[in-house]
Parts: sequence; C-alpha cells; structure tokens
Amino acid sequence: MRSSSRRVPDRYAAGPLVAVLGYVACLILVPLAALVYVVAAHLSEVVTALLSGPALHAMGLTLAVAALCVVCNGVFGVAGALVLVRQRFLLRRLVDALVELPLALSPVMTGLGFLLLFGRTGPLGPLLDAIGLRVAFAVPGVVVATLFVTLPFTLREVALVLEEIGDSEEQAAATLGASPWQTFWRVTLPNIKNGLVAGTVLTLARALGEFGAVLVVGGAIGNRTETATTFIHAAVESRAEPAAYGMALLLGAAAIAALGALQWTEKKR
Amino acid sequence: MSIVVSNLQKSFAGTRVLDDVSFDVKSGELVGVLGPSGGGKSTILRIIAGLDTADGGEVWLDGKRVDNLHARDREVGFVFQHYALFRHMTVSDNVGFGLDVRDEPRDKRDARVAHLLDLMGLAGLGDRYPSQLSGGQRQRVALARALAPEPKLLLLDEPFGAVDAKVREELRRWLRKLHDEVHTTSIFVTHDQDEAFSVSDRVIVMQKGRIEQIGTPVQILDHPSTEFVTRFVGDVNVLEGTVKNGHAEVGPLTGPLIDAIPDGPARIVVRSYDLKFWREDPGSATVKRMVPLGDRVRVDALTDQGSPLFAYFPRRSSLLDGIETGCRIHVEITLARAWPA
Repeated sequence: MRSSSRRVPDRYAAGPLVAVLGYVACLILVPLAALVYVVAAHLSEVVTALLSGPALHAMGLTLAVAALCVVCNGVFGVAGALVLVRQRFLLRRLVDALVELPLALSPVMTGLGFLLLFGRTGPLGPLLDAIGLRVAFAVPGVVVATLFVTLPFTLREVALVLEEIGDSEEQAAATLGASPWQTFWRVTLPNIKNGLVAGTVLTLARALGEFGAVLVVGGAIGNRTETATTFIHAAVESRAEPAAYGMALLLGAAAIAALGALQWTEKKR
Repeated sequence: MSIVVSNLQKSFAGTRVLDDVSFDVKSGELVGVLGPSGGGKSTILRIIAGLDTADGGEVWLDGKRVDNLHARDREVGFVFQHYALFRHMTVSDNVGFGLDVRDEPRDKRDARVAHLLDLMGLAGLGDRYPSQLSGGQRQRVALARALAPEPKLLLLDEPFGAVDAKVREELRRWLRKLHDEVHTTSIFVTHDQDEAFSVSDRVIVMQKGRIEQIGTPVQILDHPSTEFVTRFVGDVNVLEGTVKNGHAEVGPLTGPLIDAIPDGPARIVVRSYDLKFWREDPGSATVKRMVPLGDRVRVDALTDQGSPLFAYFPRRSSLLDGIETGCRIHVEITLARAWPA
C-alpha cells in the first residue's frame, strides 16, 4: 500500500516535467542550437564578417555602453535603494513606482521620447547646440537610452535585499560609534553584495541586448552609433547572414556567461 | 553614568506608546523595566540610545541633555532583542567592530577582543560566524560587542527572550555576576518577572506606556502600589468579595489585609503562596487537581461558592499531608490585598 501510494505523485509529476522540458527546449534550446549549427557550418565566413571594421566597432560600443551602465546604475541603484527603503519622505511610493517604469515601457516608445527631448527641435535642442553636444543620432544618445532601460535592475535587487535584512545591523553599528560611511562600507555593502551582483548581471544582460531604444535614439549609423543588436538588424536587412548569425551567437554567449556567473555566485553563498 | 528621563512622550501612528514617563537611574545601578509586551518598554531604551526620538520630554546622561546627540556619540552600548550581529563578520570582528571604527591600535584591539571573548566564555569561537553559533552564544557575542568600546551605559532589550528556558536561567545569573564585576550602569527590558526580580537592583513596572511602580524587587513584591502591579507580579488568585473592618471576606473565608481600604465590595487578590490548605471534612473547598512541578506542587481547588483557587506548596512538605485529588479541604487566607470593586 505504502509503496504504491508513494508512486502516485511520481506518475503525476512526469506529465508536467515533460511539458516544461519540451517548452524550454522548443523556445530556448532549439533556436540556440540552430544558431550554433549555422555558425559552425559557415565558420570562416562568420569570422571574417565579425572581424570587419563596423562589426568590431559595434561590439566595442556595446561593451563600453554596457560597462558604463553597470557602473552608473550600480552606484545609482545602491544609493536609490537605500533612500527608497531606509528613508521616509513625501511621494516615496510614487518614486518607488516610477523607477520601475522602464521595465514596463516599450523601449521604442522610450527612444522616441528621448528623440523628442534631445532632437534639434526638442526643448533641450538649443541648449545642447549651445554647448556643442549631440545626443540624438550620436553615442551619448545610445548611452542615455541604455541607461534608462537598465535603471531598475540593480535598484530592485538591492532594495529587495535591504528589505529582507532590515536595519538592525545598521542601528547596532551606530550605537557602536560608526559613522554613516563606516556603516555603509563595513556593514551595509557586504550585506547587499548578493543583490548587487544579481543586479549587475541583469543590467549587463539588458544593456548588451537592448535594441529598440538604441535604434530610435542612436539611429544605428554604421561605425558610429551601431551597437551589436542594431548591427544584427542591419546585417539581416542587407542579407549578410554570416555577420548576423555570428554576432547573434556572440550576444547569446555573453548573456549565458553572465547568467552562469550569477548562478555560480548564488551557489557559492 | 547617571540617567534622568523626564516626561517622555511618544506615539507611533496615532497610538500612544509612552505617556509621561519619568525615572532616574543612579550610576552603577542595574535596573529592570518590566511589563507586558507592547507596553512601550523597548521604546524607552531606543530613545535613551538615540535610535528613536521622543515626541516630548528629555533624556539626561551624566547631567548632560542628549536629545539632540546622535546615537553614535552617546557612548551607550545596546544589546538588541534579536542580537543584530553582523552576519558577514566573524565573532572576533563583531566584538572588535566598536574598536575598529575608532581606529584603536591593532594590538590593543586584539587584546580587548580576546579578553571579552574569554570573559563571555566564548574563547575559541572567535573565527566562527554568527550563523554557526547557538542562541545563547549569539547573545553573549552581542553583549561582548556592546561592552567592547567600554560604554558608560548598557541597554539590553529583552536580552534573553530568544533563548530557551535553561540557557536563560544561566545567562541571568551570569549577567548579574558580570554587572557586579564591571559595574556598568545598565537598564534591561523584560516581560519576565523572574528575570526582572532575579537580576535587578530596582525594577520599573510599566503598563500601556505608563510607569506603574518603581522600587526594589522586595518593595514591588510586598507593597505593590496599584492593582495592575499586584495582579501582574507573582501568581495570584483574584476573588470577588468584600472588605469589613480591615479584613477580606470571600464567602466563608476571611483573611487579613496588608493595606487596609474602606469597607465595601472589593476584588480580593491573594498570592498563590499566601494560602494554606488542609484536609478537613466538611471543609469549604474541594481539591480538583494536583500538578507536580519539580520542586513544587500546584494544587487547584474549587470553593463551595464556585471560585477556583490555586496555591503552590513545596513538594514533600508537611503542608501537603493528606491532600489529594477529590478530597475536602479547609482554606485559610494568610494575607490578602484588596481593591475597591
């Protein structure tokens, strides 16, 4: 009796398990495998295409923008999470909701908004002209667009950890004579390390993969504002398949590496 | 460090937690704040430490008003209810934290940490992390950490609330011993009367944000000044009765009153150890249950008027001779207190 009653849940579990595995395979593994297969079949053409000037420029720009976003939104995310979680102020709830807006907004819409703001005829146009800075259809535009779409990740992850650990350790540090800076470096930062790592990985993945906003604001001008994703788009449009597949696989590999790093640090804890 | 607290007021979201609280603590004293949970006790400590601000009133430490002084500048050691140990630091680094933030020379710091770990019975655990310790050990680390910068005042918020009964007993005795050695002025908060009475020089009894009584354990036990204190402190029987000529009367039972009140209907409060039972037929009550509790026996009885009574007797005491479940007894009230009904 006992053994048969124990086998029932197993049989039940088999159905959903197959379904989940099948779903994951169809949506994630199969396209990835197809990409790997195509790239492997045309390896020399792919390598040549990826070593071309525009391809290298696009990769360099993407990496530089992603790094900048990780640093800027890392610092802002930690500071913002501390303010939102630890301080009470007017309109806190509103600000709390506002910083998550980039998650919900369509990047194309966001890009259009920035274009209206920074364009020649936009409200900031004259000011930018006066100081000789071009944002729209220039690298600063790509940076601003990517900063915007990656803003919530670190902040959210760090805020979650801050909520969870509470502020008693920080209070203990204060009663022991620690200054706010000492408390931050010695107590708060080590405690939020995991959230910071997770936020950084998500920021990085999103910055590498952002397409809509950088296309609209940056204009995807080859050798200037073209990023890895907009490079792929242009390559597909001009039927340069090896370049498109090669760059796509590179982006995929970078994202997988980032998630792998996240899993690894989580396991280490 | 001497402490004067005067007229503290504090409300959280419209609920009054402290209502005109004033008391003082002499230098070197160990004072317990006793009361039911949610009575505002912890809030007092947090205000003295500078972790909360009062809505009104003043806090003076060593003759200096500190209401506008930040927590880190008050030189007050605080032991948190759930320890609040730094989870990513070893025991040694936890204890050394208060010395590290003021750049104490390394050798002096290490010596002080080693001394404290030794004093707390934590020698050899310096390299562990808080998650690897038992509740009692964490508690002692928290205490060592608070003592390391040699605070002039030590505040302990429900210090033994989160450890099991046996360890609690041990930590209590040990806290008293520590205080007798180190003489740091200390205030601790507890809802456990045994804890308050066994450790403190003086006890402050609080209820609903107000101070009910301040006194030595003996004063509070023997001369409770309010009905709340009488009922809260010690195990008591509360009976409906009357007061006549300075005596309490509950049905056929009478007993002397410790503090006389005017004649009339009253609530008679009798401590569980101010009752005597002996076997007698017909008697005035029936024994319902006898519960052995280690060194004591709890006897539950029901008077013929329908009032439940209980009393504790030492086990194997002659007072228990012949008393058994179901037998008839006579009840004598040796001492009672009364409050007008």
